[in-house]
Amino acid sequence: MKRAFPILAAVTALLLAYGFYLGQFVAPTERTMGEVQRIFYFHAPSGWTAFWLFFVNLAASVVYLVRRNLKADALAVAAAETGVVFCTVVLVTGPIWARPVWGIWWTWDIRLTSTLVLWLIYVSYLLLRRFSEGAQTPVLAAVLAIFGALDVPLVYFSIWFFRTQHPQPVIGNGGSLDPSMRPAFWMNVLAFSCFGALLCWARYRLELMQRQVHDAQALEALMDDTTESVKSVRGRAAS
Amino acid sequence: MTPLWPITWASLAKDIRLEWRSKDAINSMLFFSLLVVVVFSFSFDPTAEESREIAGGLVWIAFLFSAVVALNQTWARELRNQVLDAYRVSPAPANALFLSKALGNFILVTLLETLMAPLFVIFYNLRSLGPAWLLIPVAVLGTWALVVNGTFFAAISLRTRSREIMLPLLLFPISIPAVQGMVEATRIILSGEGSARFWIVLLLTYDVVFTTACLGLFGTVLQAE
Repeated sequence: MKRAFPILAAVTALLLAYGFYLGQFVAPTERTMGEVQRIFYFHAPSGWTAFWLFFVNLAASVVYLVRRNLKADALAVAAAETGVVFCTVVLVTGPIWARPVWGIWWTWDIRLTSTLVLWLIYVSYLLLRRFSEGAQTPVLAAVLAIFGALDVPLVYFSIWFFRTQHPQPVIGNGGSLDPSMRPAFWMNVLAFSCFGALLCWARYRLELMQRQVHDAQALEALMDDTTESVKSVRGRAAS
Repeated sequence: MTPLWPITWASLAKDIRLEWRSKDAINSMLFFSLLVVVVFSFSFDPTAEESREIAGGLVWIAFLFSAVVALNQTWARELRNQVLDAYRVSPAPANALFLSKALGNFILVTLLETLMAPLFVIFYNLRSLGPAWLLIPVAVLGTWALVVNGTFFAAISLRTRSREIMLPLLLFPISIPAVQGMVEATRIILSGEGSARFWIVLLLTYDVVFTTACLGLFGTVLQAE
């Protein structure tokens, strides 16, 4: 498994480079939006990566609650953190595109708002992890992850009731994405998914290592304490 | 397993009796929401005709903030003398404790709303152009939506550092659809434009989904060690 990591890293670098090349140089310039449309090749793949990372977080949280497996919990942390990073990329690239095309940075439309609420929920998840200590953290965090996942459809429907301004989905049935743009788009979806998996994996290994270090330090402190107290008891006995 | 309702009732009666004798939570909530009413009135002209559009939002934000005051107190009492630990080792069902706390908060917040609603009507010159009786189901469903998750997240934030800050940080993101439902339904009813049915159904769905989730997961949170 450990040998697979540099291989995935190399593949991801190649895919990202090729995806960048396709998106910036090969894909045609959009007729009405112009060059700024190319941000779409980063925006949509990041969104897709964030969503599947949040899904991994939910799955890992459920596995943790059922099995109490600490590795599942470490995966949940890693997925939530990397998911928040990709979600932030979505929320930052969106306005950069929207300003020249819509004339406004932000609008309270369904996709924008539900993505923002999703981001808020996962930031509060990370805050909870930071603020709670000890062995109860994984349980509380896993419970919150389930609540967050239950909230997502409700958020979506509540905002769906408002008028929507975001471009309709350009992928799937009746999608309006021009065929000449598809290779660049799908290559970037693949590249960003690999990138997300790579980051999540790195963070997961880091989390496991951190926990090992933490446990070792705790054990060491315990041992030191014992030897110190043994010495002091012996010292007192000798005097 | 001992039966659910007698224990729920016993615990609820105890909380209500304590609150009745001290009146700590209700007094601080009342004063807090009064402050919110006054502070909001400086940021815009509350009697203008346009303020009817935002009155729904205003009323609910005031109640949401005041509810957090009560929710933060929910479990504090049980921490003293290790009451919560005693509860954990007792054979009483965890959900009885949760239900009694959630119902207690529901009664408190409903009482606050009943007392504060006339004040809002007077200060903000409110008049309902739609069917005003619909505000009652909106208030009941909305209040339950706030307190059921609030009670649950208060139990979670109890286990964290700086727990008083943690509760709103956890509660507000999850409550966004409920708050939106309450605000929109109230706005539609007050302005008499269109039907609030979608929002009431949304609130009902939210209540059912999260009450089930809370009852399903409260035992896990209570026993988290």
